[in-house]
Amino acid sequence: MLLSALVALILTVLPLPSWLNVLRPAFLVLTVLYWSVNSPRTGGIAFGFFAGLVLDVFQGPVLGEHALALALVTYIAVREHQRIRSKPAFQQALIVGAALAVYEFVLFAIDGWTGHPVTSPLRWVHVVTGALIWPPAAAMLAYGAGRRV
Amino acid sequence: MAAFGTGGSRPLQGRSGSPGFRFTLFAVLAVVTMYLDQRQHYLEHLRYGLQAAAYPIQLAVSSPPAAWRWLKESFQTREALQAENARLRTQQRDLEVRTMRYEALARENGELRGLRDALPPVADRWLVGEVVTVQLNSLRQRLLLNRGAANGVFRGQAVLDESGLVGQTTHVGPWSAEVILITDPEHAVPVRIERTGLRTIAVGAGDTNALALPYLPANADVKEGDVLMTSGLGGVFPEGYPVARVTEVHRDAVQPLAQVRAAPLAHIDTDKEVMLVWFKTDHPAAPASAATSADGELGELKHGDAHMQPQPVARAAASPNAAAPGKRP
Repeated sequence: MLLSALVALILTVLPLPSWLNVLRPAFLVLTVLYWSVNSPRTGGIAFGFFAGLVLDVFQGPVLGEHALALALVTYIAVREHQRIRSKPAFQQALIVGAALAVYEFVLFAIDGWTGHPVTSPLRWVHVVTGALIWPPAAAMLAYGAGRRV
Repeated sequence: MAAFGTGGSRPLQGRSGSPGFRFTLFAVLAVVTMYLDQRQHYLEHLRYGLQAAAYPIQLAVSSPPAAWRWLKESFQTREALQAENARLRTQQRDLEVRTMRYEALARENGELRGLRDALPPVADRWLVGEVVTVQLNSLRQRLLLNRGAANGVFRGQAVLDESGLVGQTTHVGPWSAEVILITDPEHAVPVRIERTGLRTIAVGAGDTNALALPYLPANADVKEGDVLMTSGLGGVFPEGYPVARVTEVHRDAVQPLAQVRAAPLAHIDTDKEVMLVWFKTDHPAAPASAATSADGELGELKHGDAHMQPQPVARAAASPNAAAPGKRP
């Protein structure tokens, strides 16, 4: 779990050309979501919180911003994990897209309150790409988890 | 992984209470963290430590491009190297010719200003920092440099390259420093149009080759090709450093303000190395009231200069925010 989070973190901070950067899904958020849904006891809210804190250090204007957003998203995921888990991949992707939208909205709101408003619509692009990449990403994480156990 | 439980909404028997309880706990923790970081700046030390912890990862992540660059450089052809050598030679000759008169001009300038001794250059010393990672998108335009507090880098320090202003440091870790570029949408730099002396503010446009000048009235004397220099107000950048060149002036009859865009002179998108500069605070061209004008965000501006003299000008009330990262109203 920690290994996958580290890989996701590296993918998140990896420098990319700017057009790709806009499309880049929030890998760490997806990973945290995966673990929260599939293994809510080991993953879960604490994991989300600390992953968010790490994100804050790398790219947050305020410490705690991503932590709050990820804690909220993991809370939803953990609460509904059994329902989400039983859905087919397509519906899962939709739910993940909604979760990413919630996540981005929390960031957006906090950005506004703390005086770093970023109103560009481009910040919402990763919600769509994240939802699109969810099925393969989840399959990959499941494969990794299965092999390790 | 199969689901064994069947009770859909039954709270999970976690280690410490239900998810709702844990979420509340962590949400409160996050909000407190944000409050402390934003309002009180209590977490500077924590951030400093975390930045140190994050640096290895950032370094590792940036190593493949760096290795590729190194590889490319070491396999460069002889002709390419010779061409570069010749180019640098001519450039150095040009610079030498240009600086030949510099001493004399500086002395003359000092005399004209009514100062007996020739003024020393405003830049005290500088340090070359390598760009470790670049974060360039329309939301954040930041660089990470491989120099930090261990090298004496402080928060709110000016960063230049050989042709113009690049930005200023925002977060300083022990071995790394984050630089907010002048093109970041949250950054604003007080500038002066060189041709007319008109003062205004250049705000980043979220694009590596654009700044916006949103506060110029429609009848302002500005045209394409005008060079913007730092005006020295705001307490971060000293006067007279080139910032950008106006590329586009758009006047609309119904708009009270002109829409002006400028391209930064620094090679922000291609720089591999930039310069962190320490300025003499008692120099006439030094940043105006560096010690007093800073707001909370840049409140602890520390110049490494032992003979730092706080300027008597109390500008703090007038422009508490100038040149700080943060948009003007």
